[in-house]
Formats: sequence, structure tokens, C-alpha cells
Amino acid sequence: MTALWWAVIFSGFYHGANPGMGWPLAVSAALMERRHGAMPRALLMLAAGHFLAMIAILLPFSLMLTLITWAVEIRIGAGLLVIAMGVYLLINRRHPKILARVHPTRLVLWSFLAAMAHGAGLMLVPIFLGICGMSADDIGHLAAQKLMGDNVKTAFAVAFVHTLAMTCAGGAIAALIYVWLGLKFLSRTWFNLDLVWALSLIAVGILGASTAYFGH
Amino acid sequence: MNLRPDPTFHASPKLAMQAPVENYAFTVMLSPDGSQSDGIAVIDLKPDSDTYGQIVHTVMVPNKGDEFHHFGWNACSSSLSPLTGHAFLERRYLIVPGIRSSRIYVIDVKDPLKAHIHKTIEPEEVFEKTGYSRPHTIHCGPEGIYVSTLGGAGPDGTDGPPGIFIMDCETFEVIGRYEMDRGKQDKHYDFWWNLPQDYMVSSEWGLPPQFENGVVAEDLLSNKYGHSIHFWDLRARKNIQTIDFGENYQMALEIRPAHDPTKSYGFCGVVVDTTNLQGAIFTWWRGDDRTWQAKKTITIDPRPEKPENLPPLLQGFEAVPPLVTDIDLSLDDKYLYVACWGLGEMHQYDVSDPMDPILAGKVEIGGIARGTKHPNGKDFVYGPQMVEVSRDGKRVYWTNSLYSTWDDQFYPDDEGGQMVMARVGEDGGLELDGDFYIDFPKGLRSHQIRLEGGDCSTDSFCYPSV
Repeated sequence: MTALWWAVIFSGFYHGANPGMGWPLAVSAALMERRHGAMPRALLMLAAGHFLAMIAILLPFSLMLTLITWAVEIRIGAGLLVIAMGVYLLINRRHPKILARVHPTRLVLWSFLAAMAHGAGLMLVPIFLGICGMSADDIGHLAAQKLMGDNVKTAFAVAFVHTLAMTCAGGAIAALIYVWLGLKFLSRTWFNLDLVWALSLIAVGILGASTAYFGH
Repeated sequence: MNLRPDPTFHASPKLAMQAPVENYAFTVMLSPDGSQSDGIAVIDLKPDSDTYGQIVHTVMVPNKGDEFHHFGWNACSSSLSPLTGHAFLERRYLIVPGIRSSRIYVIDVKDPLKAHIHKTIEPEEVFEKTGYSRPHTIHCGPEGIYVSTLGGAGPDGTDGPPGIFIMDCETFEVIGRYEMDRGKQDKHYDFWWNLPQDYMVSSEWGLPPQFENGVVAEDLLSNKYGHSIHFWDLRARKNIQTIDFGENYQMALEIRPAHDPTKSYGFCGVVVDTTNLQGAIFTWWRGDDRTWQAKKTITIDPRPEKPENLPPLLQGFEAVPPLVTDIDLSLDDKYLYVACWGLGEMHQYDVSDPMDPILAGKVEIGGIARGTKHPNGKDFVYGPQMVEVSRDGKRVYWTNSLYSTWDDQFYPDDEGGQMVMARVGEDGGLELDGDFYIDFPKGLRSHQIRLEGGDCSTDSFCYPSV
């Protein structure tokens, strides 16, 4: 259980460090507006968008989990879905065009779309399902109603902790560049994570599906 | 696709100025009568090289009659945009349109000495997918490569207004039209933008029948060329405001926004004021109420001249108009270079205060009824035209041809293509380098210059200079 929560936090750091999830926007906002408040505000907006994207993905799964008898199948299916997203991103290495149409000040929308397009929420699904599965084991045979409520709470908790970790990581890099290192480091810290990202999705998917399959 | 951003992508104009200097220039060569193929000349700019200041490679295209004019990069510093994140593209391909044929060549210049054609987009693809013709200015931006066009559909390009189309920045497929709401825009020439502030500005030359066979004097004197600039909501693809400079301000051409993205102003050069033959520069800016404004901030007077010294087109006026045909702004937004193609002068204005430019330097070379020679004693035919400034702002390069048929009208007895360079003093001032002089191969003229690693009219920056 603890390991899974660490996975939630770690995935948050990982997403936060990915420039594709928006930390360069926080740097840009701080520099463009020349106000100290601009960076925290931008980070908050990015966090809001990311949180919404996580919830949008996790909630449907938490509701599905009420079908307890299908729990294993759902977890395997979710794993396969995440693998499929990874494979898709592996093959289609193009950047999502929709992001280019978002106005630069609509950071919540941008962050939401960026997370969705990269399958950021999907990466959390196997971890989330693992946590739900374990709580269900612990609690035993509770009423479906109660279980659903618990799962929804868990979804919010997972999304919140993940987004918090993501914001800390992204915020730290943005602040480091803005306050100490200077803009020159913006391009130096910008790594192409596309391949690693797609492989991460596949790995998480395989892990999720296989633990579901062998664990029960 | 790189794992790290291309080293020639810079977050801010200041970082671009501090980057290593240019090693090569790429200059357009065009055959004015279509008797030869057009091409790109690769020029060695490494001062310690044995071939410094020489053409070290050429890419000649297989077709004739393309008429090369302007061109640009597949990717630039705009790739570091935090919103669109194309940071891993390479600045590797030059997108070179034929302004007469509407054919577009994609030239791979990864190794400048082995530059070669990577892809050719045939005119039919442009016509079919966009309904536009005569592609002109290239900029790389949020949705790919943006290409302005001078003509609409139909054989003479007047069936529908010209506009901008978008190409995929990786496959170079023509995607389609940019505009969703063009408002009053019915002519086109140049465009540029401010990416973080999300605005674009476009300008107007004239429709193809007004330029392809030479300037149409009746149209010019009846003020029928373009005299407006258009402001766009870049991502919404919508014309939000049109500013008419006044119908006497004929041919509003180059758009040069301040490079620092926190600034909301820029410049536009006007070829000729038909009331007095002056050349003019307008400063445009966004006012406190968020609407756009423009004001004439530079005027350049014509020079009186005896009719017998003038080409037939100008004899009635007994004067040489300055003909402001290109402008370029240094990356620190300090100096604006203004090419006076008629007078034969390159002006340098200190535009630290964009509302009050001050003439800081001037070079005389070429010119109608003047023909000032280069310091090396050789001719510079026509006048200073396409101007490009090095990233560090210390070297200013320019060529001499405006447009095939127009060269022949304003300089009927001349022929040739040259490129020269002037050095900028510590506190401004401009002086021609006596050793830098390129004479292009016989029968070919020259137009736009691009510098390896970016220059002052290609890169759009997404972070301010701090």
C-alpha cells in the first residue's frame, strides 16, 4: 500500500519535471508579467488543469470498480488501455496540434488538454486501481455503496497528492531557472521525454495488468 | 528529432545575441527572365577561412521561372514556446518559395556545404489545398510553418483574396488556410507576430497584376496598392483590427515587431508617399485601451534630379524617390535599418524610443542616377535592398535586387547581383566593409539573405530578455 502511494508521489514528480506538462509556462509567466505573484499563479492554474485531467480519468474507473465481481477484468482492461496509449504515443510522435490553438493566458485549459493528450491521467490508473483493490481486500465485503464512496474519495486523494507532487517538482525547476540559473538553462533542462514517457505508460500498464492477473 | 533542443534555439533575444556568430549566409539567386534556374548560394562567413566572403556551394533547382524572393526556416527559437513545445525540431531546412511559379522547395542545409533539395511541393498542391498562389514570407510558429501569399486563385491570382497558409513543420505537407475571419484584408505581403501576446500583424503590397509585369504607374498614382496593416488574434485566426495609414502611403511592406515579447510595438515600412515621393516608417503599438494605433515616425525625402538622368518612369517627377523597400530591426530592438533602394542608401535609426527614431548612421551605395561605388571600386548595381542583421547586431548584410521586373523599370540599364556587408560601430554608425563584396554568377540577381543559426527577421522569441 505504501509503495503505491509512493508511486503516486513519484509519478507526480515525473509529470512535473516534464516540460510538456507546463513548467516552462510558469517561467514565461513570471518573466512576461514581471511580478513575483505571476509564477505561483501560473503554477496554480497549471495544477488546477492537471488535477481536473486526473479526476476526469480516475473517476470513471472508481465508479466502474463497484462492479466488484469484475474487478480483475477491469484492472486488466485498464492496464491494456494504458499500454495502448503508450504504444500510440510511441508510434505517433507528433505533437498534439490542439495545444497550439489555446490562448496563452488560458493555462487551466492548456494544462488539462496537455495532460489528456499525453495520457498523464492514464499513467495513474493502474496505481489507483491497485490502491482501491488493496483497500477493498482490507475492508472485506462492504456494501457496494460504501465501496464506491471510498473509491471516489481515493480518486480525489490520488489526484490531489499526485498534482501536489507534480506542482512541487515543476515549481522547483521553474523557480530554480527564474531565480538562480537564468533563461539559458531553460533549453538545457529541456529534455525530450517523448520516448521515455511512452515507455513509462507501457511499463505501468504491464505492471497493472500483470499484478491484477497474477495477484488474484 | 533531437533529445535536446537545437542549440540555435534561444529563449530570449538577448541569449540569441550572445550565441556564437554566423558561419554561413544563404542568399537567394534568381534568374530575372527565367532563362536559368534559380538557386540558393551558400556563402562562407568565417573570418579566418580561406574562402571567407565567397560562394562555397550552390543549390540550383531543376525548374526554371520560379523567381525566388523570400524564404525562411522550418524551425526557429519559436520552438521553445512553452505552449507548443516543438523544442526538439531541428533548424535544418530552408523553405524556399517561387513567387512566380508558386512551387516550394524544402532545402536541407544541415551540412551547408552539401545543401540539397529535400522535397519539392508542386504549385498544384498549393492551389488545391489553399486556393492561394505566389507564396512569399515564411515564419515558423505555433501551428507549424506559416506562409504568406500574394495571390488568390485563378491564373492571375485575383480570384479571391490572398492570405496565409500553414504547412506541417515535420512532413512539410500543406495543411490549409490560416484565416477564419479575415475582416477587411484583401491584399497581402508580410506578416509577423508576438507569440506570448498572441497577436499577428500583416501588411499589403498589391495583387499579382499590379506587380508581376512591373509597377503599374496608373495604379500607384491612383493609390491602388496596399496602404493598411491588419492586426490578428493569432490563435483565434481572426482579424481584430485594420489600420489604414492613408491611401497616399502606397505599399506597406515589411512588418518588424520588437523582438522582446514583453513589448507591444513594431514598425512597418512604406515604399512611397504619392503626395510627395517620401519614404516612410510607421510605428505601431497597442494603446492603454488595448486597441492598436500607428503613427508615422520616420520620413525620408526624395532627391531632386534632372529628368535626363532618370528612368522614363520617374522623368515626370524630376526626383529620385527613396523607395523604402526593406527594413530590419536588431535583436536588442535598438537599431532599425532602412533600405532606400531608389536613393542608394542604407539608413540606421536608433529606435530606443520607438516613437522618436534618430538617424544614427548612413551608407551610400548604388542608387538611381548616382551609382555610388563600393569602397573596393566595384559597381553596386540598383540600390540596397534586402537587409539582414547578424544576431549580435554587429554586421549588416544586404543585396541589391528588388524584384525582376521592377529592377528593369527603375534601373533600365543595369544588370547584376551583389551582396555587401557593413559593420556597426560601438555607439551606432555604419561603415561598409571594403573586403566583403560578393558578385553573383552572371545572369543571376540576389534577394533575401538568411544567416546560419537564425537572424533578425526569422526568429520569434517566447521569453523576454532579462
